[in-house]
Amino acid sequence: MAELTRDAVEHLARLARIDLDESELNRMVGELGVILESVATVQQAPTEAVTPMSHPMPLVNVTRPDQIRPSLTPQEALAGAPESDAQRFSVPRILDED
Amino acid sequence: MSAGDTEALMGYDDVLAAYDPALGLEVHVELGTNTKMFCGCATTFGAEPNTQVCPVCLGLPGALPVVNAIGVESAIRIGLALNCEIATWSRFARKNYFYPDMPKNFQTSQYDEPIAFGGHLDVDLEDGTVFRVEIERAHMEEDTGKSLHVGGATGRIHGATHSLVDYNRAGIPLIEIVTKPIVGAGERAPDVARAYVATLRDLLKALGVSDVKMEQGSMRCDVNLSLSPKGSGVLGTRTETKNVNSLRSVERAVRYEMCRHGAILASGGSILQETRHWHEDTGITTSGREKSDAEDYRYFPEPDLVPIAPARDWVEELRATLPEPPAQRRKRLQAAYSYSDLEMRDVLNAGLLDLIEETVTAGGSPAAARKWWSGEVARRANADGQDVPSYAAGLGVGPAQVVELETLVTSGRLNDAMARQAWEGVLDGEGSPTAVADARGLQLNQDSGALETAVDAVIAANPEVAEKIRDGKVQAVGALIGQVMKEMRGQGDAAAARALILSRLGQA
Ligand SMILES: [Zn+2]
Repeated sequence: MAELTRDAVEHLARLARIDLDESELNRMVGELGVILESVATVQQAPTEAVTPMSHPMPLVNVTRPDQIRPSLTPQEALAGAPESDAQRFSVPRILDED
Repeated sequence: MSAGDTEALMGYDDVLAAYDPALGLEVHVELGTNTKMFCGCATTFGAEPNTQVCPVCLGLPGALPVVNAIGVESAIRIGLALNCEIATWSRFARKNYFYPDMPKNFQTSQYDEPIAFGGHLDVDLEDGTVFRVEIERAHMEEDTGKSLHVGGATGRIHGATHSLVDYNRAGIPLIEIVTKPIVGAGERAPDVARAYVATLRDLLKALGVSDVKMEQGSMRCDVNLSLSPKGSGVLGTRTETKNVNSLRSVERAVRYEMCRHGAILASGGSILQETRHWHEDTGITTSGREKSDAEDYRYFPEPDLVPIAPARDWVEELRATLPEPPAQRRKRLQAAYSYSDLEMRDVLNAGLLDLIEETVTAGGSPAAARKWWSGEVARRANADGQDVPSYAAGLGVGPAQVVELETLVTSGRLNDAMARQAWEGVLDGEGSPTAVADARGLQLNQDSGALETAVDAVIAANPEVAEKIRDGKVQAVGALIGQVMKEMRGQGDAAAARALILSRLGQA
């Protein structure tokens, strides 16, 4: 399989909003590479006769009726929020986006 | 760039002389289900903040989503109405991104296996032609929360110190409908965009799956546009203008972006692939964020939801529930009601067709239904900033009152002027047309002796007019009818007066 590049790790870190310094980046390239290699052994399994599946459970069409169930109270909903204001979750401003 | 900056624009005709426009429209429609897509929270518009949230739609650890059956049913019906194929096997996917409007840090959507794909919608253009818009796909997803940016001058994010988020809307079922690139529209491109969104809105309304209120955000449109050198057939770089939320704005945004792209390309520049913000007030777009790796959504199959595999017989059952396509219904009713194109256009613009159809079904004539629903009540609804159907519903006035009013006229109790007064009374909340007529003493004078006296007096007072009518100039009778009505203090029966005058003057 393709080698995990340092650029790819940097890209993923940025997407995940995780700050990695130089040494951490280098370490991650190695560690993630090992993990990917280990997982890659799965690809050696003989799958020619197996239909691809997207879910381990042999279930489809699990739905619920369109009936209202009780929601949380705003107090319960906001209980875990580090900050709230005007019954809303208060979050830091988002930079460079609109 | 701020909203005040203006960019160079090319003249519209010059754009068309040099370039072919290609459009792509993405419409998000909020379904009118009782509950959210993946949890049982209510979906009431305008509820107090964070009163319709639960562990699932707040993305709390361990919460598990379950799909709303009506959400799937609505998605399939929309797909069928758009002439799409319905997937035999469809999956949800996670669209990962970091933005506080989605507390889970992903939006549950669909990626490579949407519920519906490969359809089309025929739209009627202003010039009378029909344009076929090809539909790429329609997929199920969920709406996001609403952010209020605090500290910024205009409520926008620029300059904001923090944002306040209400998650009542997060998780409300959305269907995203995506067109294939629309090419070949040429100068009609802005009209095609408007007509497509209008047709889609009517169709979704007829399906009863959404209230499709663009002004309340239950239907939202993103406009993709690119230009290619005329005849080259190569798609150019596109921009995506977000949240264009009225029919008129859709048309204006397409035209604006065509002229903006044209100016850039003609001066040798290149188009930046980016999102643009639409400014309703000034009618321009401004730069949003560039498409960058922030838009690498890393879709993967949603492990918490099992696939949707709609049985074919169920799909056929749903197909049987589809309403008559709105365009077909309009044509059928216009013919049945003998409305002119102009009358029909006014009826449609005022959103009166449903009311008129109900009134006709209740026994009214098409002419009376159109007349009473488009006059005084339309003026009052307009002054109140509402459409006629919701205004009338708010007053408790409906087809039954119009039918009753018309019966009072045809039975000879009221003339037209009196009927207008009775209708005003109904709209003023004074009761039924009959009750208003009784209370206001509205009653044609059916005393034939009084009518004869008045007619004879008027003929005697107008010998010259009378002579003209005797000579066959029947149209002159109008002047005499007016005088008879005056003589009878407005309570005369104009039709009876006309008949009597003509008979007296040998023209009956
Ligand atoms: Zn919920």
